[in-house]
Amino acid sequence: MNTFKSFALLTSLIPAISCTNTKDSALSLMDDAGTTYADIVLASYTDSVSSANDLHDAINAFLTNPSESTLDNVRQVWKDSREPYLQTEVYRFYDGPIDHEAVTDNEVDGPEGLLNAWPLDESWIDYTVDNDSSGIVNDTSIEITAANLLDLNEDGGEENVATGYHAVEFLLWGQDFSESGPGARPYTDFVTDGTGTASNQDRRSEYLTVASELMIVHLSDLKTAWMDTEDSYRTDFLAESSEEQLRRILTGMIILSGFETGGERLQAALDSGDQEDEHSCFSDNTHRDMIQDIQGVANVYNGTYGSVSGVSIQDVVAELDSELAERLNTEIQDSLQAAQSLQTPFDNEIAIDNTEGRERVQTLITALRTQEKTMEEVFRAFELDVPVAE
Amino acid sequence: MVPLLFFLSCIMATVEEGEEYPGGDTTNTFLGGNNAFILPAENILVENEMHFYSGNSFFNQPWVEHPASTESRDGLGPLYNARSCAACHFKDGRAKPPDVGEKFLGLVLQIGVEEGEDYLPLDGYGSQLQDFSVQGVPVEGVPTVQYEESTHVFNDGSPYTLIKPYYDIEQTNYGTIPEEVVISPRIAPAMIGLGLLEAIDTKDIEYYADPQDHDGDGISGQIRWVTLPESTQPTEAMIGRFGWKASKASVAHQVGAAYLHDMGITNPLFPLNNCDIEQSECLDAPQEETIEIRQELFDKVVLYSSLLAVPMRREWTDKEVLHGKRLFHNIGCDSCHIPNFTTSCNTALPEVACQNIWPYTDLLLHDMGEGLADQESHSHTLRREWRTPPLWGIGFIEIVNGHTRFLHDGRARSLEEAILWHGGEGNVSKQQYIDLDEQDRSRIVAFLESL
Repeated sequence: MNTFKSFALLTSLIPAISCTNTKDSALSLMDDAGTTYADIVLASYTDSVSSANDLHDAINAFLTNPSESTLDNVRQVWKDSREPYLQTEVYRFYDGPIDHEAVTDNEVDGPEGLLNAWPLDESWIDYTVDNDSSGIVNDTSIEITAANLLDLNEDGGEENVATGYHAVEFLLWGQDFSESGPGARPYTDFVTDGTGTASNQDRRSEYLTVASELMIVHLSDLKTAWMDTEDSYRTDFLAESSEEQLRRILTGMIILSGFETGGERLQAALDSGDQEDEHSCFSDNTHRDMIQDIQGVANVYNGTYGSVSGVSIQDVVAELDSELAERLNTEIQDSLQAAQSLQTPFDNEIAIDNTEGRERVQTLITALRTQEKTMEEVFRAFELDVPVAE
Repeated sequence: MVPLLFFLSCIMATVEEGEEYPGGDTTNTFLGGNNAFILPAENILVENEMHFYSGNSFFNQPWVEHPASTESRDGLGPLYNARSCAACHFKDGRAKPPDVGEKFLGLVLQIGVEEGEDYLPLDGYGSQLQDFSVQGVPVEGVPTVQYEESTHVFNDGSPYTLIKPYYDIEQTNYGTIPEEVVISPRIAPAMIGLGLLEAIDTKDIEYYADPQDHDGDGISGQIRWVTLPESTQPTEAMIGRFGWKASKASVAHQVGAAYLHDMGITNPLFPLNNCDIEQSECLDAPQEETIEIRQELFDKVVLYSSLLAVPMRREWTDKEVLHGKRLFHNIGCDSCHIPNFTTSCNTALPEVACQNIWPYTDLLLHDMGEGLADQESHSHTLRREWRTPPLWGIGFIEIVNGHTRFLHDGRARSLEEAILWHGGEGNVSKQQYIDLDEQDRSRIVAFLESL
């Protein structure tokens, strides 16, 4: 490896030839880096499935015996289940298994919208402070089944979220009107012996169960797509050219850093200073969203996750331009640091009168923007400037 | 003349500089796939970025009835067609028309009665049918659609079918709708590149206008001059650039009208609610005392709507695509779908200034024939007139929105059907298309799909 790198360094003294040669030798590392990537994707979806199973178990335990403490427990397990899933968000945006849009009748859409759609219109699911009979829970003409919830998800608009992490989150926490803490739905909303609060406790309980079962189904599909089998997406992915693999991987990293995290989730929230614009607003878990999304980018870039470790995208970039590779590594670490510096709850950080909090959020936005721009530089250095439709 | 034409058509078959970046420096060069329309202009200024994302949030999130706990998204209706912009412009793309028996989402019906060369709002209803309402206010009615299929043949003998929609309004709640009501359907178009269209120099649009057809080419593109609502600047008439009949002069004008008519949200341009004087429940419904989307937030939605990036073209160097491009020019599609402009260098948003863009429109109104004319209209001057829609990004609609339904009411089930519906000033080009063999027809479609 080292010999190879010094060779690349030497040839860079002859610019006309070196450019292509270094690029080719960098791309040749994609054989291994692509496999590392696929291994990381598989491992993180495997962890997501397992933590969704834990969530389902905790929900069963809570519904069997609803109490303050069983609700606290299931809320903690929900937060734990977010940790591995958030690190998978960097696999979005290139029409991979998570967000592929079906074009023919033989295909199905990727489950992103069913798993993680946000923001959601609370009144589509359950009662709100403005309407005590709104939502699917309180519409007794709808039977609560997996098929019906799937049909109702994003029916009539992107906000009409009926399934996934944030639907479960809303059912567990309720709307958040507190400045110091998360939503405070009472456990009695799920008590079905006649002493419960709000109406339709049985339907609400059923909803929670069905929604968590659906999460397991959809996450398992993703895991299967990335397993090393003959007809899996993983196999197709690794059969693509080095450029195409790198293009997909970088696209996910760029859009998640800039548009999704830096833009949609942070800039809009900072601009309005309103907790309505907070991701994971019911549970006040937004700071973890930021940290684990960036951690996902770091995993991919550094080629490590859990027990997986191998030739990384950083190695590929370093082969072309070691300064660029190191700079990007530092910038991702800076973003991670900035995300870890956020104080909780996040809705306090963006409050108009919290100058220091808003500065911390701005620092994170700037760090993400910096890393986004450097990734675009990598994208262009490899001349990957053609968006391909899947 | 013949050698010159031959020479020109050879040039057309080559790749032109910059054509792969339809939005100039604003072009999205990163993201294909189903999110191809969501990104801000690539050259967006740092200080505009935050407003863009706020606008994005307001574009996506649903409005709720007044009174409500949300402060900033309170004021839906009383009558409306959708609760958020994104409900119709899903993923910033284009809406799909309803099938028979389906509810309408993303297709609105403008309604009126003819009075000389004008449409007047329908007594008891107004100028657009709203099929949703807040609690305590009856909806105006339920729109329905039937499609009539017809069979035709290409010159090479192969058949094709077209479907034409006929609309009706049922369960009306504000009085009988007269037989002679004019219905003009309008589908929600894609949101990309709008700021660039606003930035096209007035004189460049005037250059292509030829209302009396002085050059005798059968194409009589005319500018629609429109004035902004009273008490809004500027007061002089401006070129209509947006809307299926070019009735809106600016992105702000279009956004304001959509807020009012489609969602019932009063705004800086349209401060009064959309209740007809005979709709007492609508007039009496609880309302915010001030306008429902305040200037500052309205401006952010306008900025957002102005700076959504057009995606980079695909396959623009492909031989078949280039061949299709040459045929597109040869049969005269480019008489109205003008490929290329350089935007004005003096624009409010620096991102869209001095850009070399490829929108494939002249922004002018053209007579498109009887087949596409407003239903039941006989004398209105604009009944057969439609603004040339931009073609950039048109190949992405299938990927972004999962359908291939085109034209102002979504009747065309493919790009080819959209071509085949062209009549009036587009008739000669359409006939030439019908005369082509299958291979050449598919080349033109391949070119369109590459846009």
